[in-house]
Amino acid sequence: MIEGTIAKVSGPVVNAEGMAGAKMYDITKVGDLGLIGEVVRLDGDVAIVQVYEDTSGLKVGERVECTEEPLLIELGPGLLSSIYDGIQRRLVDIAEEHGDFMVRGVTTLALPRDRTWTFEPMVEEGDEVGEGDIVGEVQETAHIAHRIMVPPGMSGKVAQVKEGDFTVDDTVVVLEGGGEIKLHQTWPARVPRPVKNKENPTVPFITGTRILDTFFPIAQGGYSIIPGGFGTGKTVTETTLAKWADADIVIYIGCGERGNEITEVLAEFPSLIDPKTGVPLMQRTILVANTSNMPVAAREASIYTGITLAEYYRDMGYNVALMADSTSRWGEALREVSGRLEEMPGEEGYPAYLATRLADFYERCGRAVCLGSDERMGSITAIGAVSPPGGDFSEPMTQNSLRITGAFWALDTSLAYRRHFPAISWIKSYTLYLDQIQEWYLKNVDEEWRALRDKAMSLLQKEVELQEIVQLVGPDALPDFAKAVLETTRMLREDFLQQFAFSDTDAFCSLRKQYLMLKVILTYYDCLEEVLVQGVPLRQATEHPIKNEIARMKEIPSEQAEEKISDLVDRVQQELRSLSEW
Amino acid sequence: MSNGSTYLATTEYRTVGEVAGPLLFVSKVKGASYNEMVEIHSADGSTKYGQVIELSGELAVVQVFGPTAGLDVDKTNVRFQGEVAKMPCSANLLGRVLNGLGQPIDGGPEVFPEEEREISGSPINPWSREEPRDFIQTGVSAIDGLNTLVRGQKLPIFSGAGLPGNELAAQIVKNAKIVGGEEFAIVFAAMGITRREASFFQDSFARSGALERVVFFLNLADDPTVERLQTPRCALTVAEFLAFEHDMQVLVILTDMTNYCEALREISTAREEVPGRRGYPGYMYTDLASIYERAGRIKGKPGSVTQVPILAMPDDDITHPIPDLTGYITEGQIVLSRTLHRRGIFPCIDVLPCLSRLMNLGIGEGRTRGDHRGVADQLYAYYAEGVDLRRLVAIVGEEALTDIDRMALKFADAFEQNYLDQKEENRELDQTLELGWKLISMMPKDSIKRIKMEYVDKNYNPEMAEEFAAAES
Repeated sequence: MIEGTIAKVSGPVVNAEGMAGAKMYDITKVGDLGLIGEVVRLDGDVAIVQVYEDTSGLKVGERVECTEEPLLIELGPGLLSSIYDGIQRRLVDIAEEHGDFMVRGVTTLALPRDRTWTFEPMVEEGDEVGEGDIVGEVQETAHIAHRIMVPPGMSGKVAQVKEGDFTVDDTVVVLEGGGEIKLHQTWPARVPRPVKNKENPTVPFITGTRILDTFFPIAQGGYSIIPGGFGTGKTVTETTLAKWADADIVIYIGCGERGNEITEVLAEFPSLIDPKTGVPLMQRTILVANTSNMPVAAREASIYTGITLAEYYRDMGYNVALMADSTSRWGEALREVSGRLEEMPGEEGYPAYLATRLADFYERCGRAVCLGSDERMGSITAIGAVSPPGGDFSEPMTQNSLRITGAFWALDTSLAYRRHFPAISWIKSYTLYLDQIQEWYLKNVDEEWRALRDKAMSLLQKEVELQEIVQLVGPDALPDFAKAVLETTRMLREDFLQQFAFSDTDAFCSLRKQYLMLKVILTYYDCLEEVLVQGVPLRQATEHPIKNEIARMKEIPSEQAEEKISDLVDRVQQELRSLSEW
Repeated sequence: MSNGSTYLATTEYRTVGEVAGPLLFVSKVKGASYNEMVEIHSADGSTKYGQVIELSGELAVVQVFGPTAGLDVDKTNVRFQGEVAKMPCSANLLGRVLNGLGQPIDGGPEVFPEEEREISGSPINPWSREEPRDFIQTGVSAIDGLNTLVRGQKLPIFSGAGLPGNELAAQIVKNAKIVGGEEFAIVFAAMGITRREASFFQDSFARSGALERVVFFLNLADDPTVERLQTPRCALTVAEFLAFEHDMQVLVILTDMTNYCEALREISTAREEVPGRRGYPGYMYTDLASIYERAGRIKGKPGSVTQVPILAMPDDDITHPIPDLTGYITEGQIVLSRTLHRRGIFPCIDVLPCLSRLMNLGIGEGRTRGDHRGVADQLYAYYAEGVDLRRLVAIVGEEALTDIDRMALKFADAFEQNYLDQKEENRELDQTLELGWKLISMMPKDSIKRIKMEYVDKNYNPEMAEEFAAAES
């Protein structure tokens, strides 16, 4: 054990003397309270430590202990439906032992030790196993089988296999040469867990949100950012995705955000039922909550804690969705600590290594062939919220994230002001995954899908141009064909793009329903054009009551969509065409 | 702090090496602790307070609350108190007036603390938080109907120089009630406001008979700037104590947060820290969060802390760092508009940029009314459209508009004059919602898309909108 003394205290940064032998990123216990910190710089025998807890009351001369280990994340059964702080301390345990307010210097074990799990072995004595091979399973929740894997770096011949009920500390498989495989393993948070190979993603990450699935889809294993000023709906979008997204496991990182929002998730998720599995959503979710008033250095670590948890489940072959709300708060934590270290500031005071750190984080996501001889695939899809100051996207966090991520879901303040939700701008947003996952859509949704999508996009683009003209000459001066475009795009905006996240029927919209809804609106447009050519006045066509039925399409449950909306497509055609017969 | 109970534990130094702005550099210090409180006696006999903000070997950097005029290097005597800043808390503080550091200044009897608490507070464990979901009726339609406040929320008012942010806050304090009618205890923290503004609040509380339910913290414009950094923390410490020890419903008014942030910038500059946007320190988000996040409810406890901070947006700019960072932390915002104010509308709430994030938790069937959400969304949609069209009309004239557009224009006017403008009136929620339906009934029935059909069929009635439709725009 290396032991030194405090020489300097400045906010969350403490200099400790007499720390020769300490390594970068070693965890240290600072002061008589034993505050947890991490070595971020070494200078001779002085170790500079960023402390994860409030440093009030520390004195010069108090002792500093170095554990000589980095920030380790405990990985094993019992993670699901847990809520942790930024450095994987169980908040439930802290509340039970220390009351409703956070106290300092507390350590808790990440996994419950009193609980036993039934281990079902999948190897036999004498089998050769290598790193990543599955040696057995534990049923963690009703739908998630927790695969016990040979930790990276270990291999050999199985000497002994146990069967029965064990705690996470128990050894279940012993290898020849003494290697022991327990129900849990640990992994340093800042180091990516190894995989065999990263693959190109080809399957879409289905969210049930129309503007995302139809216009800006991402792939499983893709990464996207949602930037937006305050009040534009970042958090609502993140939680909606956490609820309905097509993933086996959801890791939700509340990084420097509001306490009451975490409470909302905690209150809501256990009562929401996952439509795919029929069990409460909480059973597939892990929360990492480091709210804005919790210590800033732990906020910096929370992102790494979250991604390590995600990688572990990916290694088992699951599709994991990781929501980080908000990466800007992580960037600010980085900036704050960097400022205290008196490093040379880069753009807007952020450290020059901001882009590198961001890239390191996002590159830990993706679709991968996992370690292990069975060549199983797993993926991590990451959705990072970005909170640009003043809603201005030219700031470093947004720009650096954009260079790395494959999709950009831009939230627009003016849409939010008029309560158009989700307030995702169809003009500024983009996705790079479209071509990779197009095949899947054409096969599983409809062959027409891409054509319809592109047509709707071009109409929306056209609307922007027409609106500029309207601003100059008024809507009456436009020719009828242009008015028909505006009529259709209004319909697209109100009846397709707007989606109420808190509605029972509309919060999740199946892909097939999305396609059919789009089809109705575009059929309407085609028919408008048709009858205009035949001399029917636009007014007569647009006042047809079938419009109201289109407006109420959202309320049709996904199961009935096929029948009812297909029928609507036919009727739109019939009714509008009948106008020209008069 | 004030009662000197820790006198024996203190250690004294006369080793001030440098005085720079509000900072004092004391050398040869042993055993001082980070963030510890300090008493400073200057050569002229006056006493000041300060706090240790950096320790480096035997050097302690002390931030002085108050002007450093009169401090010298030779004779200044620095006493380290051995503990961090604490606030004596007691239910007897209700009805009292305290200075920015929490010391009584109303000449009343001494306050015997039930408990002394560290003013920096501790974060509430997210696990222990109770979801805020009880509707608070403020009597203001633009808030109750469109941006509902709930118990345990933090909802700031973004005001501007000369805008009636204080008046609105006073009206909320006067009328706020929760279902069941329980009254709020008010903790009021004034930071750098003028004597006139302070007496406005005192008078207003006196008139509504709320005075004995108020704890007043006063740091006026001519009081020491640095003291301002302590004021909201002292106030919130008392608020938490009243809420979670005495089971009270506490409403905290913090005004003006802009002055607080200015003080933060002043100190940061004096410490020669790397400045962030517009010279404000990079940690301002974290610092503000440590104030705003001290709102909420706790599982199993009946009390609550609800915050209504007020801030003046410099130059009415909502993207300025102060409103910007605040908006990122608080659960929504109420934004005042100069245009509406000029037109004599009170409260002049510009509803479009307003938001209450916790609204959905507090409204709906069983809490307020089933049609609440839909009515709010529909009013928003029509009003936003009307406001857009005004811009268009200014260019192309009203003749170029379609019928429905003209109706939307009329709607926007009627909305501002009848829904927003309510002067001192205290509206019940039902009144607010009925008014909403009246306005919605101005528009054609088939244009209503945000409300469930069952509610539309029940409440839509063009006859009652006739008075609005007839009014000249």
